[in-house]
Amino acid sequence: MTNMLSVKIWRGGSEGAFTAYSVPSQDSQTVLDVVTWVQRNADPALTYRFACRVGMCGSCAMTVNGVPRWTCRTHVSKVAKDGALTIAPLTNLPVIKDLACDMEAFFDKWQRADGRFVPSKSRHDAIPAIRPDGSKRVAADEAIECINCAVCYAACDTVTWNVDYLGPAALNRAWTLVNDERDAGQKSRLEAVTADGGCLSCHSHQTCHELCPNQLNPTRSIAGLKRTAASAWWKGDVR
Amino acid sequence: MTALRLYVAQRLTAALMVPMIAVHLVTIIYAINAGLSAEEILSRTRGSVGWGGFYALFVICAAIHGSIGIRTVLQEWTLVRARGADVLSVVFCVTLLILGMRAVVAVVS
Ligand code: SF4
Ligand code: SF4
Ligand code: FES
Repeated sequence: MTNMLSVKIWRGGSEGAFTAYSVPSQDSQTVLDVVTWVQRNADPALTYRFACRVGMCGSCAMTVNGVPRWTCRTHVSKVAKDGALTIAPLTNLPVIKDLACDMEAFFDKWQRADGRFVPSKSRHDAIPAIRPDGSKRVAADEAIECINCAVCYAACDTVTWNVDYLGPAALNRAWTLVNDERDAGQKSRLEAVTADGGCLSCHSHQTCHELCPNQLNPTRSIAGLKRTAASAWWKGDVR
Repeated sequence: MTALRLYVAQRLTAALMVPMIAVHLVTIIYAINAGLSAEEILSRTRGSVGWGGFYALFVICAAIHGSIGIRTVLQEWTLVRARGADVLSVVFCVTLLILGMRAVVAVVS
């Protein structure tokens, strides 16, 4: 007979409760497989998000046994405790329904951090060459791999304590642009990330780094922003 | 950018205090090991511009550094709003300055 997993899944909005399901255990089963099994076999009204199922799109993050994770690449065997799984929506974001959060605040903060490219050239100019081994390009190398999954945002205590804190992902994004030699928005970005709730609020405790599914290090990016900000202050470029 | 100014002030005061704390620790360990009495200590500090200046600067750094930290703690861990945290941390800073300076005056005058 098949082994069964005892799974508890959050149902409802911010007010809600866990519902228990019994799900057949399989080899190489992911947490997303479990959620999908429940929707297809136990309760078609279960709401959750996913798209790529291969760790590319960043849409499937949930809280699994108390820890934020990308569910499509989290194997049940790695996280289940005695065959038990508790699956909840991400923390630090409002719940819409069941496992789906409202990501608006998360993406608004990317905008507040000036996390968008500001072109410095027109289509008539030559495309500037960026050397792959240039120091700025190397500094941004890792940080550009972010898939916007919000695992780090859910993991960050400072976001919990300070609703205005931009959070690791938005600041990590800003760091990639600070290192983009083609970008023309540096001053305003530096002002945005050094305002209240910006990079200077980070406590460097690295939970974001520990839990980022891509093993990125937003703490390092934020430390880079702090250094850049301090030296810009020294030179009088920002106050 | 108030946040950036406070950040720089907190880092600069920390950088100043690191060597000062070392000097302070060595001083108290020396005073205890040498068995100096209160009278002997005061005889060295009274009228001393060096000790007075050293500890006055230490008090100023500690008051600035600590109150910036307290402001963050208040904002993150209590229900005090941003303005309230500003006011309370300024009060904390002034209190530390008064208490600290009283102590400095007591040993140098
Ligand atoms: S290091 Fe900074 S961004 Fe990362 S979890 Fe801690 S406070 Fe949040
Ligand atoms: S930094 Fe990592 S955890 Fe944060 S959004 Fe990007 S990929 Fe996800
Ligand atoms: S479904 Fe795309 S990252 Fe998990």
